[in-house]
Amino acid sequence: MSRITQIIGQAIAYSLFAVVVGYFATRPAYTHLAPDKAVIKLSFSHAGAHIEECRRLTQEELNRMPPNMRQPTDCPRARVPLMIEVELDGQLIYRDELPASGLASDGASTAYKVFPVNAGQHHLTVRLRDSRRTDGFDHEKSADITLTPQQNFVIDFRPELGGFLFS
Amino acid sequence: MTGPRKIARAAFESVDKLFDRAFTPALNPLYHLGTLGWFFYWIVIVSGIYLYIFFDTGISQAYESLEYITNVQWYAGGVMRSLHRYASDALIIVIMLHLLREFVMDRYRGARWFSWFTGVPLIWLVFACGISGYWMVWDVLAQYIAIASTEWLDSLGIFGQSIARNFLNSETLSGRFFTLMVFIHIAVPLFTLLAMWIHIQRQRDAKVNPPVGLAVGTLGMLLALSFIEPAVSQPPANLDMVPAIINFDWFYLAPYPFLDRLPGLTMWALAGAGTLLLLALPWLPPLRRKAAAVVDLGNCNGCGRCVDDCPFDAVSLQPRTDGTEFSEEAIVSNDLCTSCGICVGACPTSTPFRRTAELVPGIDLPDQGMRALREKTLAIAEKLTGTARIIVYGCEHGPGLEKLETGQIGVIKLPCIAQLPPAFIDFVISRRHAEGVFLTGCSEGNCHYRLGQHWEDQRLAGERDPYLRKRVPTDRVGKYWAGITGSKHLQQELAAFHDRLKVQPPLQQRKPGRPADAATADRAESHE
Repeated sequence: MSRITQIIGQAIAYSLFAVVVGYFATRPAYTHLAPDKAVIKLSFSHAGAHIEECRRLTQEELNRMPPNMRQPTDCPRARVPLMIEVELDGQLIYRDELPASGLASDGASTAYKVFPVNAGQHHLTVRLRDSRRTDGFDHEKSADITLTPQQNFVIDFRPELGGFLFS
Repeated sequence: MTGPRKIARAAFESVDKLFDRAFTPALNPLYHLGTLGWFFYWIVIVSGIYLYIFFDTGISQAYESLEYITNVQWYAGGVMRSLHRYASDALIIVIMLHLLREFVMDRYRGARWFSWFTGVPLIWLVFACGISGYWMVWDVLAQYIAIASTEWLDSLGIFGQSIARNFLNSETLSGRFFTLMVFIHIAVPLFTLLAMWIHIQRQRDAKVNPPVGLAVGTLGMLLALSFIEPAVSQPPANLDMVPAIINFDWFYLAPYPFLDRLPGLTMWALAGAGTLLLLALPWLPPLRRKAAAVVDLGNCNGCGRCVDDCPFDAVSLQPRTDGTEFSEEAIVSNDLCTSCGICVGACPTSTPFRRTAELVPGIDLPDQGMRALREKTLAIAEKLTGTARIIVYGCEHGPGLEKLETGQIGVIKLPCIAQLPPAFIDFVISRRHAEGVFLTGCSEGNCHYRLGQHWEDQRLAGERDPYLRKRVPTDRVGKYWAGITGSKHLQQELAAFHDRLKVQPPLQQRKPGRPADAATADRAESHE
């Protein structure tokens, strides 16, 4: 092969490599979410009530304990699982029991769920049970919302700020 | 070699040949995939250091500083950014080709498991480098990657708090996260360098730089691409909106669409299973290893030629243990030895001229030793007829040799062509066992045992010890590095060599004082 032919061959090889690198570095575009959709994202971290109430120890029980361990109450660590429900336009789209984290089930329960929905007007209701009750819910929030295309609508739960937060 | 792998190897060799013609075997990029990987790595490091000088960590500052680098300082920072991205992408291409090539060429099993095994974690590390880099741009692509990656990590359930909650909306994002990402993006490449160093530890004369011509061409290509298609940011991240259509770097992000569709734990299971499978491949099935080379201290003077020539650092020197006057002796590590026989070809005692009762060199292969090679050479030579007899020595990883055999051409297979000491060529020709010797094996630049072909070429050219003696007429020694796809060309080359031999004057007896029929004497010696 002549030197000129070799140079042409190398130029073709380098160009092909550059085309492959240059093209696949940004193309083809990936459609992560249809442009007319929005997203409702449910995410919170919240600790439920303890499964058992704290109990005040009797004097007799305290006397049986080493002096340095005489705490007046006995509080079992385990917490109840949270019950969560999300209703959109009257339809239940999510219901789950969220166990407490940790080996002793004494940590916070965590929710992270993404719901792609059509943009537009919706009626949203969220309910949460975090007590020892077995029926009904302790927290609930409803709102009429208008979602724009590609909007990221977040449902958070912050008891210190009054419960559910829509943003 | 099994059917599908043979087909794949033939496909690789066909592409190799195309590149050989354009680049020459010395500069063929397919023979330098590993060193190209190193080269791209260093381009990424150098360009990354430059970018880091101007990069600012912070939720809005990160994007703004990169906009400045890309648009205001386009002639330097912009080019560096493009080089950083494109060299990273090219790195993925050469890594994948390198992985596939070594698998297809069956160069990952037996004693060579270590390089394969240590290369697998490198894939994870390089992906971690690339993904953390995209994260730092903090455009919509970074937003997508950050959320998808942290959601995937959260699916493991081992983190106390959800990491993805950091990206819930604009209010929850903290600038400290970028500081962490910068740290990761610097620490992981450094760790990758350490892993790359470990990866080449069992290679003698491991190359970490491509040939200058190839490096210049590759860098020129990346620079041209950087000017023609500069790397730019996408719109800035906005956590109150969800990126819908994103320009994707498919080299690093190809698994991400699956993250959108499959549960996180399923993806972990798939990634983990894939990684375990890759790690276990050298033993699926294990290579049936031939016996490692053995040292015969009675014939070893510790010259170290075998140490210099072993491509896998399997031979080393240690203080003498037999009380002789030599200071050192060769020792073979059975775990590292691939039984290629290159050390045997390098040993000065591997000469068929030796007049000992048994031909025992200082280092030898138990299954395919020098004595057997001498006997085979003589046995085949005895059967050859005509005035242009040829003995072909070929490596077992090259083309099929059986078809070459005729009444005038005999064939001997070796594990590697460099197992053949040049003294054998001298022996065949000067003792008139044949009129010519022809060598063949793997395609040029693609030696199964890395350096065997290169060493043999140097020995024949008188550039590497043991040399081919000058008394051997070069026109009676032919060679053609064919590979498995070059059988047709090999036959043509051999036929042309045969034709040239036919018109040569008859060989003269080289050694005065030897019996008239030296060949008869050699046969008698070999049967002692």
